[in-house]
Amino acid sequence: MYFIGIDIGSTAAKVAVLNEDKSVYKEFVIPTGWSSKEAARQIAAALSAYSINVEESDGMPRNCRVVSTGYGREAVFFADKQVTEITCHARGAQALFGQEKAVSVIDVGGQDTKVILVENGMVSDFLMNDKCAAGTGKFIEVMANRLNVELSEVFDLAQKGTPIPISALCTVFAETEVISYIAEGRSREDIACGVIASVANKVATMCRRQRLADKLVLTGGLSANDYFASLLSERLGKPVTASSDGRFAGALGAALTAAKLG
Amino acid sequence: MQKLPQNFETYDEARQKGFLRMKDLKDSGKRVIGTFCSYVPLELFYAADAVPVGLCASSEEPIPAAETVLPRNICPLIKASYGFALTDTCPYFYFSDLVIGETTCDGKKKMFELMNEIKETYVMQLPNGRDFKDAIPMWRNEIIRLKEKLEDFYQITITEDKIREAIKLKNRERDAIRNYLELGKLVPAALSGYELGTKIDAASFSFDIEERIRNFSERADEVLAYWEAERKGKTSDRPRLLVTGCPNMGVREKIIKTVEELGADCVVIDTCNGIRTQMDKVDENADDVYEALARKYLNITCSVMSPNAPRFEEMGRLMDEFHVDGVIEIILQACHTFAVESYNVKRFVTEQKGRPYLAIETDYSQADKGQIATRLGAFLEMLS
Repeated sequence: MYFIGIDIGSTAAKVAVLNEDKSVYKEFVIPTGWSSKEAARQIAAALSAYSINVEESDGMPRNCRVVSTGYGREAVFFADKQVTEITCHARGAQALFGQEKAVSVIDVGGQDTKVILVENGMVSDFLMNDKCAAGTGKFIEVMANRLNVELSEVFDLAQKGTPIPISALCTVFAETEVISYIAEGRSREDIACGVIASVANKVATMCRRQRLADKLVLTGGLSANDYFASLLSERLGKPVTASSDGRFAGALGAALTAAKLG
Repeated sequence: MQKLPQNFETYDEARQKGFLRMKDLKDSGKRVIGTFCSYVPLELFYAADAVPVGLCASSEEPIPAAETVLPRNICPLIKASYGFALTDTCPYFYFSDLVIGETTCDGKKKMFELMNEIKETYVMQLPNGRDFKDAIPMWRNEIIRLKEKLEDFYQITITEDKIREAIKLKNRERDAIRNYLELGKLVPAALSGYELGTKIDAASFSFDIEERIRNFSERADEVLAYWEAERKGKTSDRPRLLVTGCPNMGVREKIIKTVEELGADCVVIDTCNGIRTQMDKVDENADDVYEALARKYLNITCSVMSPNAPRFEEMGRLMDEFHVDGVIEIILQACHTFAVESYNVKRFVTEQKGRPYLAIETDYSQADKGQIATRLGAFLEMLS
């Protein structure tokens, strides 16, 4: 029996597969693409390559329990249960980053950002950004496009620059601001630095609206980014832990929930 | 005979029916007065043989029209109410003889100035607080000024005896409504918060107060009988929620219905369209009827009041009496007073009452339906 967590976000679909003893068997990620249903089908196909049958077929029994999460959680037609990404990120982060009494999970996603306070393994408070792309991965993606570089390159550029203030909170207006900096002939490095600083400011402000634990961890698409973690930690005055597994926190939390289904 | 609006033929059937019903009421000689916030002393209208009808709107539809005049970033309730007035699409505004508003929030009081250009809108000057010496005398004077306005407008005399009669009548209605709303105290829950809300709304558009009283009493008996027979002694793992904040008619489907479908019971709605305005009665034995009215109405705990300690006392009492597990606060976008006060509500609920709290800021659009469902789902997972 495998326990599977599937976290379909707006940009990427993350999958964590656990063995019977809850050790990690496989983790993989695919782009969500235009349809979360299509992504779910691709995941089912990928799992069958590992001899995991999400549905009984041709006399092969179903050998897994599946919990889906993320904004596309309803599209996972073979899920036993759907759980929100807030609960899953909390469970996953707790598993990834130790068993402290309290952890604050900062999840910067493609379309939303959340700050979750986890105490004794339970979510005790959370905040999400409202109807706005500022402070999310989308903001960086839009600006990367404008600077004509890949998403990952924005961070490399930013580290070499000194930040230019980007004051607009709205992504569309901020893009206009960036365009005017480009027109002024400012360097890509400085603009990129301003873009990342703006996201870090917005995320830090959201964090400060909530009681924060001493242990802060970064999950979601930027979770492996030490540079971003250090910017956040400067602003919050507390260390922020980044880790390459962080993007799987939601999927892992979902898989651990699947394990509880028995 | 009253005239129908120019575009009447283009309205859908439900709206046409609404207009025809109001036209019949007016043709029968009934006086109709449109009202806004809950500080307006409704007793005066009954004493003037008029029926009050609430004009706070809950629909997204007239907002684009309103935005041709009003700024975009004010609350959807204000925009929708003004939009209906501007487009002749609300039968209640259209057939009101007179509109009464109060200087509650900044958005509303400035909107009333513009509404007055469409139909006479009389504005009561509401004190910003109730903890200063002159608050009650001020509001009492405003109530007398409103009485005089009505006398002048309709060329009638409103006697104190008529006001006393109206006070008793309204108190009876409050008793009936409170009796119904307090069924929310039953464990396990006997009825949904969605029902509580829709029933109060529906009642506000029925113009026979005796019929309303009967209606609430009958439904209360029915629900209690159902609970005794089917629910009493059973257990339920559905968390019990208190809903507070702004009036929620316009977002009831998106929030209250959704959270109940996800597995919670909204047992008490602590808003101006819920229990908030029904708790206190007007003193029937007071010598001074105007002071009695002023005392009851000024005690309503809307966040426009500063400071607003009674809101927290009341919320704490409701949380205890209704056995509440968590609190959801609904803030309509750009409602500054509730948005700012929510910081204190969160502290009160989480620190003093030790219960989880979720604030949702939203408007009348459906754009954030999915995001709201996720927040509500996560909140329930927190409670389970």
